[in-house]
Amino acid sequence: MTEQTLPQADRRKRQLPQINPVYFVLAALIIAIIVMNPAFAEPIGYMNFLKRAAPLAILAAGQLYVIVSGGFDLSVGSVITLVVVGSSILSNNDPNSTWWVIATMFAIGAGVGLINGLVVCYLKVPSLIATLGMMITLNGVAFMWSGGSPRGYLTDQFRFFGRFNIPDLPLIRILPVALIVLIVLGFALYWLMHRTNLGRMIHAIGDNPRAANLAGVPVNRVRILAFMISSLSAVAAGIMLGGFAGVSTDVGTGYELQAITAAVLGGAQLLGGRGSVPAAIAGALTLNAIFTLLNFLGLPQPIRQVVQGLILIAAVAVAMQRRKHTGR
Amino acid sequence: MTDLTAPPSRYTFRFDRWAPALLLAIALLAYVVIALYTGQSQYLTVDNLISVLGRSIALGITAVGQTFAILVASIDLSVASLISAVSVLTSVIMNGNPAMVIPAVAAALALGLVVGLINGLIITRLEVNPLIATLGMSLIIQGCLSAFVSNFAGSVPPEFQVFAYGGFGSLSYSLIFLAILAVAAWFVLRHTRFGSDIYAVGGNKDAARVAGIKTARVTIGAHILCSLCAAMAGLYLASRLRSGAPWIGNDGVYDLESIAVVVIGGTILAGGRGGIWGTMAGVIIFSLIDSIFNLAGVDAFAKQVLRGIIIVAAVAFYAVRSKRLVA
Repeated sequence: MTEQTLPQADRRKRQLPQINPVYFVLAALIIAIIVMNPAFAEPIGYMNFLKRAAPLAILAAGQLYVIVSGGFDLSVGSVITLVVVGSSILSNNDPNSTWWVIATMFAIGAGVGLINGLVVCYLKVPSLIATLGMMITLNGVAFMWSGGSPRGYLTDQFRFFGRFNIPDLPLIRILPVALIVLIVLGFALYWLMHRTNLGRMIHAIGDNPRAANLAGVPVNRVRILAFMISSLSAVAAGIMLGGFAGVSTDVGTGYELQAITAAVLGGAQLLGGRGSVPAAIAGALTLNAIFTLLNFLGLPQPIRQVVQGLILIAAVAVAMQRRKHTGR
Repeated sequence: MTDLTAPPSRYTFRFDRWAPALLLAIALLAYVVIALYTGQSQYLTVDNLISVLGRSIALGITAVGQTFAILVASIDLSVASLISAVSVLTSVIMNGNPAMVIPAVAAALALGLVVGLINGLIITRLEVNPLIATLGMSLIIQGCLSAFVSNFAGSVPPEFQVFAYGGFGSLSYSLIFLAILAVAAWFVLRHTRFGSDIYAVGGNKDAARVAGIKTARVTIGAHILCSLCAAMAGLYLASRLRSGAPWIGNDGVYDLESIAVVVIGGTILAGGRGGIWGTMAGVIIFSLIDSIFNLAGVDAFAKQVLRGIIIVAAVAFYAVRSKRLVA
């Protein structure tokens, strides 16, 4: 309402924070990494970086759907574990099995998301608890399935998505398949979130579920879809992680919190209503860039943890102060 | 949202209030039935029930504190790391020397106080979402801790091991301590100004502020109590293990388990409703579930699967009746 009375200069000031700060942070970090280690500017350097960051980026984009709709999905890490452990058992070292194993995994992911959504919507269990229960359950299932000590390995066909580089390209020299997957899935998730009715309804639910309900949004159906998208993205991330991580029952441990951290770094608002898929992906890249930078600095693992904690708090604190100033 | 046309009379059965007790009764019944069915009736003694409880004292102490955090519509994910840090800190300071018991306990409580204060300040002054604030704090504590120690550190003198191992007959001191702590928490919540402020702030922060309550102070106070309880759980675990282990908190998953226990006890995550006795019921339910699995001989992995399902089912047990849209 007061917009019209604002002086011109003030309005220009208000338009400044339009660009999400995560992009500046990411750019600054990448410059810092290049200064520390010029090899990073070579295609092999940054392509490997993108390859390693791709699973988390997809995971963060999927997690964003649940965050924007007002919930949390803590079960994604255990879905990753289940995918890696399950695939190695199901494929049984048979290269021809790759496609149906992947199809089965996506079916399992859809089922997990559906159950999460149904429990939250119809049993009214808070999503934090519902997905925490799912996490504990799925970790147990992964243990049971593998008998506690997963054996075997994933076939090269299965590892194609996470590991393979398309060689001998002009200009960029190599192109990891993981990056192609990230671009395709990232664009699909971007389009679904920011260009379709489903995305608008997810935002509406996260902002004010009651108002959305009164406006005719099928709240339960949309919320269930958000959980399914999150679980499916976790399956995709699990398949890619299977490409370069070993088969074990703790592959996915900690990924749920990293995904939430990445989404928050990208400016997503916890408890819903605000978030952007490209920014969440940038958040995931930022988190990985921070880890890479700390690695180059030769800092041990414990320091990385401390820095991650400080950055997490600082990112949200800065976002809150900005929101207060811009009044949005 | 409450039905204004029919105020609940004093004697109507209020499901929310009795749900934790009902769940507890179901768990007890299941325990008795399984024990009789498998012919292990020797486990049906009072002594055995006390020893069942004795296994979840650390969880109980942590959950008392977590109840305060959740009641004020916050949450604390840093308790597990704090427990590890405190157990290492105390056992390093004591280092087998009985004279250092009191300084070590004081240092542990001081650490809890500082962590709770910082948590509270980050949440209220910087307006960071409590989940993120305490998660960040957890990473910071764990990082600092593992920078210094990676194995058992220090040792606890026998004088302090009494806390975990001593007792009157089968009734251990630590169990009595937990009971006293619960009664104290109940007294604070029910009979002090601070207690009613916690419910007010948790129920509706803006309304509480308009009513003249200093909401930031209440939130900080709740977080300090939460961290102090976690510090006490760390002291207990140091006494029980006779040494400080930097992984003890995360191994016990005290952050998520304490939240689960509080929620199973009927305290709602949105804050403002619930209480300490529900939490105590939740703790007992948790330890009964473990004992039931042991009696029934469920294998370790299936146990974990069932545990996850039971947590969700228990919360659904009363949440399903709520008409909220918010998840």
